[in-house]
Amino acid sequence: MSVDTATVAKIASLARIKVSEPELEAMVPELNGILAWVEQLGQVNTDGIEPMTAVIPNTLRLRDDVIDADPLTGGDKRDAVLANAPAAEHGFFGVPKVIE
Amino acid sequence: MSEITDLGVAAIRDGVAAGTFSAVEVAEAFNANVAAAQGALNAFIVATPDHAIEAAKAVDAKRAAGETLGAMAGVPIGMKDLFATTGVQTTAASHILEGFVPQYESTVSQKLWDAGAGLLGKLNLDQFAMGSSNESSHFGSVVSPWRRPGSNAPLTAGGSSGGSSAAIAARLAPAATGTDTGGSIRQPAAYTGTTGIKPTYGRCSRWGVVAYASSLDQAGAMGRDVTDCAIMLESMAGFDPKDATSLELPVPNWTAALVGDLKGKKVGIPKEYRVEGMPAEIEAIWEQGIAWLKDAGAEVVEVSLPHTQYALATYYIIAPAEASSNLARYDGVRYGLRDLPDGAGLQDMYAATRADGFGPEVKRRILIGTYVLSAGFYDAYYTKAQKVRALISQDFAKAFEQVDVLLTPTAPSAAFALGESNEDPIAMYLNDVFTVPASLAGLPAMSVPAGLDAQGLPLGLQIIGRPLDEQGVLNAGLAIEGRAGFTAKPGKWW
Amino acid sequence: MSTYRIQGATGDWEVVIGLEIHAQVTSNSKLFSGSATAFGAEPNTQVSLIDAAMPGMLPVPNRECIRQAVRTGMAIDAQINKWSRFDRKNYFYADLPQGYQISQLYHPLVGEGSITIEADEKAGIPEDKVIGIERIHVEQDAGKLMHDQHPTMSYVDLNRSGVALMEIVSRPDMRSPAEAGAYVSKLRTILRYVGSCDGNMDQGSMRCDVNVSVRKPGDEFGTRTETKNVNSVRFVMQTIEHEANRQVDVLEGGGKIVQETRLFDPNTGTTRSMRSKEDAHDYRYFPDPDLLPLELDDAFLEDCRASLPELPDAKRARYVGELGLSAYNAAVLTADVDTARWFEVLLGKAAAAQGKQPADVAKQAANWLISEFFGALNKLGKALDTSPVSQGQAAELLALVGKGTISGSIAKQVLEIMLETGDDAGAIVEREGLKQESDTGAIEAKVDEILAANGDKVAQYKDGKVALFGFFVGQTMKAMQGKANPQVVNEILKAKLG
Repeated sequence: MSVDTATVAKIASLARIKVSEPELEAMVPELNGILAWVEQLGQVNTDGIEPMTAVIPNTLRLRDDVIDADPLTGGDKRDAVLANAPAAEHGFFGVPKVIE
Repeated sequence: MSEITDLGVAAIRDGVAAGTFSAVEVAEAFNANVAAAQGALNAFIVATPDHAIEAAKAVDAKRAAGETLGAMAGVPIGMKDLFATTGVQTTAASHILEGFVPQYESTVSQKLWDAGAGLLGKLNLDQFAMGSSNESSHFGSVVSPWRRPGSNAPLTAGGSSGGSSAAIAARLAPAATGTDTGGSIRQPAAYTGTTGIKPTYGRCSRWGVVAYASSLDQAGAMGRDVTDCAIMLESMAGFDPKDATSLELPVPNWTAALVGDLKGKKVGIPKEYRVEGMPAEIEAIWEQGIAWLKDAGAEVVEVSLPHTQYALATYYIIAPAEASSNLARYDGVRYGLRDLPDGAGLQDMYAATRADGFGPEVKRRILIGTYVLSAGFYDAYYTKAQKVRALISQDFAKAFEQVDVLLTPTAPSAAFALGESNEDPIAMYLNDVFTVPASLAGLPAMSVPAGLDAQGLPLGLQIIGRPLDEQGVLNAGLAIEGRAGFTAKPGKWW
Repeated sequence: MSTYRIQGATGDWEVVIGLEIHAQVTSNSKLFSGSATAFGAEPNTQVSLIDAAMPGMLPVPNRECIRQAVRTGMAIDAQINKWSRFDRKNYFYADLPQGYQISQLYHPLVGEGSITIEADEKAGIPEDKVIGIERIHVEQDAGKLMHDQHPTMSYVDLNRSGVALMEIVSRPDMRSPAEAGAYVSKLRTILRYVGSCDGNMDQGSMRCDVNVSVRKPGDEFGTRTETKNVNSVRFVMQTIEHEANRQVDVLEGGGKIVQETRLFDPNTGTTRSMRSKEDAHDYRYFPDPDLLPLELDDAFLEDCRASLPELPDAKRARYVGELGLSAYNAAVLTADVDTARWFEVLLGKAAAAQGKQPADVAKQAANWLISEFFGALNKLGKALDTSPVSQGQAAELLALVGKGTISGSIAKQVLEIMLETGDDAGAIVEREGLKQESDTGAIEAKVDEILAANGDKVAQYKDGKVALFGFFVGQTMKAMQGKANPQVVNEILKAKLG
């Protein structure tokens, strides 16, 4: 499978990365090179093989339903979460106005 | 007496404990080296001499009070700038996180501070740990302290933990943290004559470590020798309930059980690692390694890992796919860079911020990852890659039915010059050909310096172990270390 | 079979409806972090580093959320998948800090189930109907955007970010707004019985994505639209009405229905296309590499099953079958778990107060609750949970009636005083002298007076105008100031009038 300029533009838009026309032109052969290279996996017979889910056998642990049990993963941290915000306003994160 | 900065973790810790020197003296010595080398080597993104001194003072005070000292007490270290550190800028070497000051501490770094270590600074790396040469850092490439004889051409210190490897090799730090997704600890260690171990996936908590590819990312220790790595890894590892993939197992006392005698052990030599076009020097050092392990009492047998050749392609589907999603949070809303062109809406802001904030290699991987996950391609790429990954893992499981550890070269060459192989992304990816398979299978693996090539540049050997058998890996590493007698260090030119 | 049709210029159109309901799981803390979930907190105060997707943060699932989703699945007789997985749904929006929502696409926790909506002739549901449920999966809620606080900015509040939701996806089995309304109500009832969701639609605890398409009866399904976040039963029905009519207009005007996301405007009762979601959807789902597969063992499932309460259908059947209630009363009393719970406590106390079996006082209690008490509470603007009269007090009142101490009409007076003062029924009856007169002699004397004073009416009665019996009862009761035992009055009157 190979990509053209339109496809790369679509991917870049999905990934929310603005790409200029010359950048786009440069990316097409690069991405095609990589995609052609990874397509060698097509040679591997994977019939009946389950996709890997956990590299080391392990089961998903569930945590107890306790508020702020660990301060590192608990809430009530408005100052900490807003500390680096480019536009913190009145306790909110500000973003350009969204029309829904 | 040798300089303090020539000492490693164990020697510093023991010297501080014995009162041979104070922790503050140690911190001052390394702080001075960090400052002196910064212009030439660019190993650190941020130096934190005050932090190192504060931690040292605390250790000296504890010692004066007769309190028990931690396993890393008085040892100042470098912290790869992928670990969140409270109050200290954490960037992942990216523009998009430039100026980001976490209000939290990663589990691994906290454990090191709890063990008495101090922070010399945040180490440079490939942007978001994506790279094998440290050339993708927004803050400039790390320059290896090693040079080819008669040449001033700057060499790579490897990547992505290139700041870590350079700092250790140049005596700017006795040890440093690294993270390894496809070889990012082992390859830079090999390129700089240092030692680095990536433990079993799940040994070290990923909490507070900027994510690249979650199913592969694993923190590890880098230092001068095997013992130092064992000491440091013991302090870093351990169950963390904040990481759902953390292994709920006690951390063994690896240091106490270190032994270089391999009697009764079987070492496997995977025949598929003899790749076409492998430089003779790599071949020779591998043979030398085999001889050393035999000398240590091990039986050496050839094993087969038939899917090895597909590991890189598998990696370059899975890692970008995970990365494309992991890096979606860098959007200019809550932290980091915001690029808001005049009149831009929310989605324009995202696109502008991310275009400006990510470097070319990061963008490349995000786009590849986005593509392989997109509608219609998911099964052909991602599901297929996870199936091949299962086969690669099964290969290892079968090999480990016959042998205890595997021995391979760490990298297909010695360090290359900066700018030498960044034209072709795939050529760059090939640097990880020997390290990626173990990453895909989550296995413990380390690189130990084994010798120099004809140009006088270090070469490393890799040991891969069974899941959770860091001990077997460390012991084999120790056996090589004891026989290689690697003492070379870069001449100081900076 | 629903007979609901949209009458178009080209004939009748059938509406096909499927609902995706997001129900907030009742839990103290969020799905993947320890921050609180309480409604109405100050902006961004219930936000952890994880909910704000700070670099390096990782999710760890909350057992209670999984448990509640499993119990909900069991309550709709669904298949529970012992092996499920969390997937990432990738898209960019200001209310989605991670840039992906952790959800379950490929392997949901709960598989096929169903619920039954009851026949309701008046609403156009001629018979009970089974609505299929395709799946229930667990996922994170997003944050909230506020658009009216600043001229050029929207504000982001992440308090909701990461709260656990169950997405309950129905089959496209509904054919009228009424069926959809009944489905939402029934599902809400079940969730509240199970205790897995509080069902507070006005607080956003239940939001419906309404999928509507139209077709000529017998044709293939048409293209559907999805109207997002509709937050009341009435609005769901309005959305369907409007959307179905709009689609018919479009199709009959020669147009095509575009598969799109729409927004319901409660002020106008109409829907409109959502500009912000117009982007081509490609969510790039893949298993969340931060989370391992979720594997549930038998002990966990047994615990979930053992903790399930009696569910509405079973309770309703029992009220009819064992307690002898009318189908209507049983339906009213089981429609909400709080009502049923209140009734059952009342029943126990009423039986004890009268020394009878619950089944022997159930009708009395049910009738009183539905025809007296609800109305009285309603007048005060109160509900059962804020009732000034406890079940114990109500049981005493019912016992006074049951034992003949007071009449039903006096009981109404007593209840009013109880609601006003909070006093016990017995004390009120005593204090106000409301005890019923059962003394035959006293009643007989009054009856004699009345019959004597109304000789003409007695004659008419004897001529066959038996309806006048009520007049005599009324007069007697009036003369006795309402305190005469009506049964005794009846007996005496019957005897005297022959």
